[in-house]
Amino acid sequence: MERLDKKLGTITSLPMILLLAVGFLAPLVVVAVFSIMPPKVFSIMNVPDFSAYADFFQQGYYKSLLWSVAMAFISTFILFLICWPLAFGMAKVFGKFTLVLTIAVAMTLIVSENIRLFGWVLTLMKGGLIDGYLRTWLGLRLEGVLYNGTIIVFGLIYVYFPFMLFPLAQGIAMIPEDARQAAEDLGASPFRILWEIDLPLASPGIVVGSLLSFVLAAGALAESKLLGGQAIIVFTDEVETAFTYGQNWPLGSALAMILILIIGILAFFTISKIDLDSMMGRRR
Amino acid sequence: MRSSRKTVYFLNAYGVLVIVFLYLPLVSVFFASISKTRYLTFPIRRYATHWYLRAVQSPTVSDLVETSFKIAIIVTVISMLVGFFGALAYARYHWKYRNAFQKIIILPIFFPQAVLGLALLIWFNSIGLIPSWKTAVVAHLVWIAPISTLIIAIRAYSFDPALEEAARDLGASTWTIMREITVPLLIPGVISAGLFSFLLSWGNFPLSLFTTGADSTLPEWLYAKMVSGYSPLVPSVAFISIGSSIILLVIAYITKKLVTSPAK
Repeated sequence: MERLDKKLGTITSLPMILLLAVGFLAPLVVVAVFSIMPPKVFSIMNVPDFSAYADFFQQGYYKSLLWSVAMAFISTFILFLICWPLAFGMAKVFGKFTLVLTIAVAMTLIVSENIRLFGWVLTLMKGGLIDGYLRTWLGLRLEGVLYNGTIIVFGLIYVYFPFMLFPLAQGIAMIPEDARQAAEDLGASPFRILWEIDLPLASPGIVVGSLLSFVLAAGALAESKLLGGQAIIVFTDEVETAFTYGQNWPLGSALAMILILIIGILAFFTISKIDLDSMMGRRR
Repeated sequence: MRSSRKTVYFLNAYGVLVIVFLYLPLVSVFFASISKTRYLTFPIRRYATHWYLRAVQSPTVSDLVETSFKIAIIVTVISMLVGFFGALAYARYHWKYRNAFQKIIILPIFFPQAVLGLALLIWFNSIGLIPSWKTAVVAHLVWIAPISTLIIAIRAYSFDPALEEAARDLGASTWTIMREITVPLLIPGVISAGLFSFLLSWGNFPLSLFTTGADSTLPEWLYAKMVSGYSPLVPSVAFISIGSSIILLVIAYITKKLVTSPAK
């Protein structure tokens, strides 16, 4: 039985391993190798140097990275604050409304993010949905909302909302009701229950949700291009420019590597700490 | 622990507000798509459906639909197969590297798609592959097959391995067990995974952007038109893209109802 399980496990994992080796590992290795090539070469048969990494500091690319990381951090924090009450409702209060909310939120994921962001442009632009009706009905104006840093953060919050909400709801559902009840019976205030019971016991969900939102937001591109009008050049934008217009693969690769390393360290640290079996509802 | 009525009321209202917030931009796109004028301003004064008519008749749009559909169908079939086996390795069998396998599968989902798309572009170029819709299939699979695996794994967690063990004790071969027990039990998960794979591939933008080469998918074309050279067709084509996803979901839902309801 045991030996058969071992054999079957190895065999059934092969197609996925193969796919990820060709489509995930190989590209990352190529990017890593290109990142230590001299500028503007298109082959890996060159003498390695680290000039592309030096450019990261000397040409000011680190500023874009700081912007991206800062905006990802702010949007993750705001997402946590706005998702917590809703996730709590979904896990503990709503009943049937939870299903409605889950479907409604999940449905937005199947609409391309650029269509949804474009929808916000139509909603918020001068003469857009909000401005147009405000002017006609109340004589008010809504101007200058688009094309700045704040609206990029808004776009990140909007697009990555489900990635915070669902893990949080899952985490809160894991809090045993007995623990909360006991704390209340012993006279703990709602704030104390939140601080000493809810937050610690829901921490796997909090960690996964925050990590997902942060990582995806740090590597986001469409929000700054569509809503931000490139008022702020995000880091992924610099990577794209280096690869495409700049035709400088080593530079693009080095920039990509820096982002990948940050994401990789965060993801590795987090994923190694959570138990996927229990989060996904394993029996036994 | 019962929440007070005021809290329940507040949370429900908050939930409704969130749904409004999530769908407001789509409402704007919809109104824009039925506005008669070429240059859109709200409030819309005259409504017309002629942009839809134009979109349907446009050969560009049918090319885009064809490319998006081709990619999505192939991605769906492969994701279902890879996901089925992957889910067994993920949730069912006890093998040496199961833990590592579970974590490796999560990585591509945690990875910003635009960066993955760019990395794939460099990889394809450096091995001499010219990017086209075929390379986009590979790109989509790297992100979608793991998601499909997770969906099927959730189903695999909920079935009792004793069923398989009992069949084995009664002398069934691995192949018979697979055919008679594992596949029938997992098939609902496989179908949902297929549905999601199709929808995610159909709507994907960041991966397609860098990996389709000269070909173009619907979301990609929309993006190009949004960023430069705006076309009044954008809102209607966007809504055609969303509408087809909704139709597919409705068909899937009705089929499921028909299949699971007891025959009379």
